[in-house]
Amino acid sequence: MPYAFYPGCVSRGACPELYAATLEVCRRLGIELDLTTMQSASCTGAGVLQEKNLRLGDTLNARTFAMAERAGRQILTICSTCQGVMSQANARLQDDDYRASVNEDLAEEGLSYNGTADPKHLLWVIVEEVGIDTLESMVVQRLPSLRIAPFYGCYIVRPSSDLKFEEHPEREDALERVIEAVGAQVVDFPGKTLCCGFPILTINETNSLKMVANHTMDAKGRGADAMVTPCPLCHLNLDGYQPQAAKANSPLSPIDVPILHLPQLIGLALGIPPKAMRLNSHIVSTKTMLSELALSP
Amino acid sequence: MQVKFKVRRFDPDADRPVARYDEYELEMSESNTVLDGLIRIREEMDGTLALRCSCRSAICGSCAMRINGQAGLACNTLLIHAIPKDGGPIVVEPAGNLEVQKDLIVDFAPFWSKVRAVQPWLQPEGPEPETEYIAPADDMQHLTGVMACIMCGACVSDCTVLDVDDNFLGPAALAKAYRFVRDPRDDADSSRLGALNEYGGVWDCTRCMQCVEVCPKNVDPMGRIMALRDRAMEEGYTNTTGARHAKAFSDSVEHSGWLDETKLVVKSHGVTNVKEMLKLLPVAARSFRAGKVPPLRHKSIPGAENVRRVFEKVESRDQG
Ligand code: SF4
Ligand code: SF4
Ligand code: FES
Repeated sequence: MPYAFYPGCVSRGACPELYAATLEVCRRLGIELDLTTMQSASCTGAGVLQEKNLRLGDTLNARTFAMAERAGRQILTICSTCQGVMSQANARLQDDDYRASVNEDLAEEGLSYNGTADPKHLLWVIVEEVGIDTLESMVVQRLPSLRIAPFYGCYIVRPSSDLKFEEHPEREDALERVIEAVGAQVVDFPGKTLCCGFPILTINETNSLKMVANHTMDAKGRGADAMVTPCPLCHLNLDGYQPQAAKANSPLSPIDVPILHLPQLIGLALGIPPKAMRLNSHIVSTKTMLSELALSP
Repeated sequence: MQVKFKVRRFDPDADRPVARYDEYELEMSESNTVLDGLIRIREEMDGTLALRCSCRSAICGSCAMRINGQAGLACNTLLIHAIPKDGGPIVVEPAGNLEVQKDLIVDFAPFWSKVRAVQPWLQPEGPEPETEYIAPADDMQHLTGVMACIMCGACVSDCTVLDVDDNFLGPAALAKAYRFVRDPRDDADSSRLGALNEYGGVWDCTRCMQCVEVCPKNVDPMGRIMALRDRAMEEGYTNTTGARHAKAFSDSVEHSGWLDETKLVVKSHGVTNVKEMLKLLPVAARSFRAGKVPPLRHKSIPGAENVRRVFEKVESRDQG
């Protein structure tokens, strides 16, 4: 059964490489994507809309869920922030009275949410549906020389109750399992579930850049060749602002830790050419890392 | 059951005051908590271990510390929940973001000064009523959620902003501020919100949800901070990057169904903020060179009018 693909704003905006890599990787892993059902779905609100009006955010997400239900599909997303915001909304929308009242505002469009959506990030689909063993068996180029630091960010780990970690304990270390499955080495570091700084980038740039510097320098100090993240917003900050973060916090040496999107890492192991996943369109160059694999961006 | 502990130790009076980890192993019962274990260690194995505790029932707020890297109350964390899956020791460390005084004891002075900074007392205006100040039951019921805070500092320990900036008021103090802004008997809302709108206030939170996750009393500090932002904007404090960002974000979704990243950045800084605009240029140039540019023309999603309708309907509920 195909998933209703919900790419989120960022993979269609500032991170087109994530979109490209996802389509390639899903095709090879046999994850069928229905690209049309979610075309008229709105942004989740990313937690920002929710600041102003929680109910508005919930209604927009109920609309998206209702569209998936109508198509008889479950939602697959590639953005941790979308995942987190949808999971939180879905938890609130399990209340029958609240859902009924939210549905009133969707009636004119002929939509109604019944509470059955179960949106899943690609990362979860891989560990829960495809299976780590299957992924491992499909690897054509193991990456034993690569030391990869996982970076989850916030939305795909907290609040753990809304994300159903108790029901799905495998979600807790899913990134590490994927890194191992592609034959690379995991570089564990305590910052992996902390904030990348993106949400305050325009508000308090100093703090935001400190976060970028702390995480990337720590990972580098522990020997990481690259970092992998399931969140395009984390990517935007950790990759896009790394040069500035270095200038502000580590003036004597560049940091230069490439930040990979989850499907880019998997794609390398599946033999997808780096160019097809636009590994050449990062701010922090992936050249050195790829040369270890005898590849070029 | 046999339980292993690995405890971070620090003695400022030692000849060479450096932190170290000590390991202990002891027989405990399944119903015991981490605090039970630490007290047994102190009483039976190593009398020099320093820790704070009092009520042992999650009321006094004195035993917050990091257990396996995450803040929580030692007295309401069962050993069976704390023993790592791989059978390794339970790692116990002092709370983060506050200076360690000895072993598991941290200096709470900055915590309290931030709580004091939000003026945690009622400031009514006008003549005093004949009898007591009356507050509607619903309002007070709503406030019990924040009043449940036991000032344990778990949220402060794990706040990702405090990790990089001591100046941030932090989750506990901001939750306390919310408690007074929402109190119907208080008349200082506007000046309170003005102060919270400053550097180090509500807009500095990254929405990382650490405080939500670790709070033992479900106070939801982040949710309170978001509510304070909304109140501040309603009160007319709209001339901050944060407020402009929230507005621009909402406008973009309302009009096109999704996010127009370029416009969002420009509008957040304020179109006339030349200094910030210039700072963006190197980033834009780098992005452009890397082939990482958002589509130049932001197209609406199909059926964007349906999204607009949702906005209208939900917003008219608020007014009506
Ligand atoms: S949500 Fe905000 S206040 Fe809470 S821990 Fe994160 S940054 Fe700190
Ligand atoms: S908000 Fe929660 S975690 Fe923070 S001090 Fe109060 S009770 Fe402790
Ligand atoms: S000892 Fe009082 S809260 Fe733990």
